[in-house]
Amino acid sequence: MVPVTAASARSGEGSAEHPSAAPGKRPGSRVAAHRHGTWFLVLPALIPILLLSVGPLLYGIALAFTDSQAGRTEPTQWIGLLNFQDLLRDTLFWESFRIGLVWAVAVSVPQFLLALGLALLLNQNLRFRWLARALAIVPWAMPEVVVGIMWRLVYHPDAGLLNETLGIHRDWLGSLSTALPAVVVVGIWASLPQVTVTLLAGLSHVPRELHEAAAMDGAGAWRRFRAVTWPAIRPIALAISALSFIWNVNSFALVYVLTGGGPGGRTRLPMLFAYEEAFRYGQFGYAAAMGCVLVAVVSILLAVHLVARLKGDDA
Amino acid sequence: MSPRATAGRRAARTGQYLALLGYMVFLAFPLLWLVSTAFKPPRELASLHPGWIPDHPTLDNFRQAFEEQPLLRSAGNSLIASLAAAAITVVIATPMAYVMARHHRSRLSRAATGWIVVSQAFPFVLVIIPLFLVLKEVRLIDSLAGLIMVYVVWSLPFALWMLAGYARAVPRELEEAAAVDGAGRLRTLISVTVPLLAPGIVATALFAFLTAWNEFFFALVLLKSPRKQTMPVILTHFIGTEGVADLGPLAAASLLATLPSLVLFAVIQRRITSGTLAGAVKH
Repeated sequence: MVPVTAASARSGEGSAEHPSAAPGKRPGSRVAAHRHGTWFLVLPALIPILLLSVGPLLYGIALAFTDSQAGRTEPTQWIGLLNFQDLLRDTLFWESFRIGLVWAVAVSVPQFLLALGLALLLNQNLRFRWLARALAIVPWAMPEVVVGIMWRLVYHPDAGLLNETLGIHRDWLGSLSTALPAVVVVGIWASLPQVTVTLLAGLSHVPRELHEAAAMDGAGAWRRFRAVTWPAIRPIALAISALSFIWNVNSFALVYVLTGGGPGGRTRLPMLFAYEEAFRYGQFGYAAAMGCVLVAVVSILLAVHLVARLKGDDA
Repeated sequence: MSPRATAGRRAARTGQYLALLGYMVFLAFPLLWLVSTAFKPPRELASLHPGWIPDHPTLDNFRQAFEEQPLLRSAGNSLIASLAAAAITVVIATPMAYVMARHHRSRLSRAATGWIVVSQAFPFVLVIIPLFLVLKEVRLIDSLAGLIMVYVVWSLPFALWMLAGYARAVPRELEEAAAVDGAGRLRTLISVTVPLLAPGIVATALFAFLTAWNEFFFALVLLKSPRKQTMPVILTHFIGTEGVADLGPLAAASLLATLPSLVLFAVIQRRITSGTLAGAVKH
């Protein structure tokens, strides 16, 4: 539920800035009044944004360079890069980091491919299409916590739907080998509809005549997809795939409810790790440093992804 | 058309319907299981082969859910937090979104757009620790007021985005006519623009409500005392420290927490998708 791209913010806008001076009035005073009015309208939103969003972000980055801890009486001190040096040596952190990347990729990539297929499918004139679309609302609207609880019921070793269906007895979330794959399935389930519906909205803008013309020329389904459909939905596809990757890196509630990071840390996503570090052990500075590392790596990965995709388009 | 082509087409159609069926099964089965569990008596939950449809459906789980945890109070807390967050969000976002729509080239609008985009990639960890420290400093930790403030800022990016999209669609001429008649900036906004924006404002408010209603992480960190907790946090209290839960009441409570979300979301879903994409597809 989110704005789609930076570029789209600009492209959708209307005509150029309007000359504001009305005839018969001194332009200077009008402009001044105008400015005054603008700030007056913007401030109620701007102040909270600065105080509760931009400010904390900067404060958080600063915290990464301090020894801030919960419940300490001595004043907090700058300690330079010490937190980052500790992080480099913290094998638990890197393990968690690795799990986070595996999780994000294992959720985002299959989810995108599935969603693309489903969007193409739901774009066809099929019966029961309405039912599929209506059902798609449910995971999207549900509180993440409920999604987690629901899947705990599905995976439950004794009374779970999955074991009952397969006729076996297995502790999916509790065993080292199946815990991560099991939560990945939930991750895919939870946001599949959102990605699908976004792509579907993109598909509704693919020119039908172009499709028909290509079909007349004897282009097969795959050729038509490559030549007509994909170019049209590419900007949305790029944006939603990048976004879903970011969301997954920041994922918390789902896995917190499903496994709490267990068993043996096998599903301890970076967010869970940082949460424990900050709010269980009170290591604020250290947890902030984790946040910084996470953000830096994700930004680099995204930049690479976007640049590669944009280049691939020119070729 | 040759018989072979027809057969091929029929096979493709069948494949499509099978895929559609697979999708619906994947989506629906966990949900149906949740519903089924919520109405099962303890004996059936403990049985080795629990069925899809409870043999003796019961409402006991719901009664028990209310007894085990302060569910009603938490629902009240969630309701207050969500309503307040939604109201404050639209009140402060509407004027700013209007300015962003009318002066989209100004430095402010560009900065705001940049912030909207960046905020999507917001590293929670980096924000939550400072927020926690700041709110603690001003004694707004463990209070709904503090949580509401966080929720407002949390839904602002999308609210601004949606509302600016709606505001762009309001014809300037109407505002200019009011301005010529001598109405001031704020008067014009309130008497001309806001009524035209009403559907967008309602959709945005519902969205902000839903975001707050479903939110878990901030509530978990910022609220400490159980009687102030919101519903998603209370739901996790049904699961014991050992991961053992009373499945029936857990499912029943989860179902109750989901109902408002479903109803609201069904109302606004169309608007959210179209609002999200309005900017992306117009050229």
